[in-house]
Amino acid sequence: MSTVPAEGVLGIVVHDETVPARAPWSRVVRAGQTLRIVDLEGNQAVDFLVYSLRDDAERYSAPDTIAAQRNIFLVEGSVLLSNEGRPMMTIVADTVGRHDTIGGACSCESNTLRYGHHTKHAHACVDNFLLAHAPRGRGKRDMVSNVNWFMNVPVEPDGTLGIVDGISAPGKHVDLRAEMDVLVVVSNCPQVHNPCNGFDPTPVRMIVFES
Amino acid sequence: MSPESGTATAYQARAHARAQAGAQVATKPTIPAREASGLPAGVRADEVVWDETIGAGGYASRVLARGTRLRLTDLEGDACVNLLLYNADAPAERLNVADTVKVQWNAYIGPGSLLLSDMGRVLVSIVDDICGHHDAICGCSNARWNERRYGSGANHGAYPNARDRFLVALSKHGLSRRDVPPCVNLFKGVRVGSDGTTRLLVRPSPVPGQCVELRAEMNVLVVMANTPHVLDERADYVVTPVRATAWRGGVTPEDDPIRTASPEALRAFQNVEDYYTR
Repeated sequence: MSTVPAEGVLGIVVHDETVPARAPWSRVVRAGQTLRIVDLEGNQAVDFLVYSLRDDAERYSAPDTIAAQRNIFLVEGSVLLSNEGRPMMTIVADTVGRHDTIGGACSCESNTLRYGHHTKHAHACVDNFLLAHAPRGRGKRDMVSNVNWFMNVPVEPDGTLGIVDGISAPGKHVDLRAEMDVLVVVSNCPQVHNPCNGFDPTPVRMIVFES
Repeated sequence: MSPESGTATAYQARAHARAQAGAQVATKPTIPAREASGLPAGVRADEVVWDETIGAGGYASRVLARGTRLRLTDLEGDACVNLLLYNADAPAERLNVADTVKVQWNAYIGPGSLLLSDMGRVLVSIVDDICGHHDAICGCSNARWNERRYGSGANHGAYPNARDRFLVALSKHGLSRRDVPPCVNLFKGVRVGSDGTTRLLVRPSPVPGQCVELRAEMNVLVVMANTPHVLDERADYVVTPVRATAWRGGVTPEDDPIRTASPEALRAFQNVEDYYTR
């Protein structure tokens, strides 16, 4: 538990934890509770998946979310939809501006394509996700496209896209209100071959509160 | 029932059932596939392994061997193929649209694009494409979506949704609700504005006969539905038949221009070649 007060949190803090750099994290967030993710040191990508607690075959869907809001960027007011079209979480506050959900999660395997085979053994988000999934019996089949909080992926007019320098900063945060009982699964991204973590992975803070 | 019904006895029912064979419909498989007509130039009948026309709201699935070519033809110009791909030998490996756009540094797929798995390998490459309108971002409909859009999304109804089509097709290969990743859509394209907005590319009128030709770079399970794109604003459930024709082909050679087009593509092919080194 963090000893620093959760400033600006409206309600009762039911959980407050700092996730170390490069680590996985997972927690149940009940309907009505809000999860605040704090980018403690700035420009730290937080790879993020959500599963329905009642039925984890229902899970976050990036394409459903994008198609429903007709925009690739996640902003305040965006609703994270499931693969069956139901609201899972809503962005009720955001001090960054926009977040990515088309860039996916880094993996040992995709790293070999993007940077070369010398990166095969570097730690990666998919490994974090798989480890976080294991206690509940989920595995690779349960992986889908994720959210990347605090990550910046613009699309140029000709379709060129890339992970570029972030627009977050120390202390910026996003608040997510659960619309159903959900299991949140996070990889605090360990990537050092692109700018998503400012080439220096850092801790993030997870605060769950309820009014 | 009286004997006059024609199906009152098992003998009559058998005769009745057998008399139905040979009925001509537009959407069906050609069995045997070598009897398919209207083949692409240079394709011999004995090379054809699959030929099937999938109608509005229909679905199909097929395992294709490494090297197989698959031509999808938008017969009437208003198809929307929702496409999923799996490693047929180990289907926990499957299409990953995020890796597909990120690794290739482009949100749009077209001629020369690779459709990548989540294991750093190329499942299929797009070897020919005169359409250019495709989508790797917006995914496909589900029951709720079609109910809102068309009043019903039931799999047994007039407006079947893509997700349920995928579920039925995948179940026949031992896969389930956990196994439906985001899909790509062929013959319907989306473009992204600088503010992130998504826009469906709409042609002034349908262009019949456009083709996309895919090359299986691994042994792949192809699963497809033919349902309206989620950004299609038309009030009616408009989608026209698509024809899938596949024929045997060789494994991609080292000097193939798609294989060598970029360092990322080359490594994706090298990872496939390494996988099949046994």
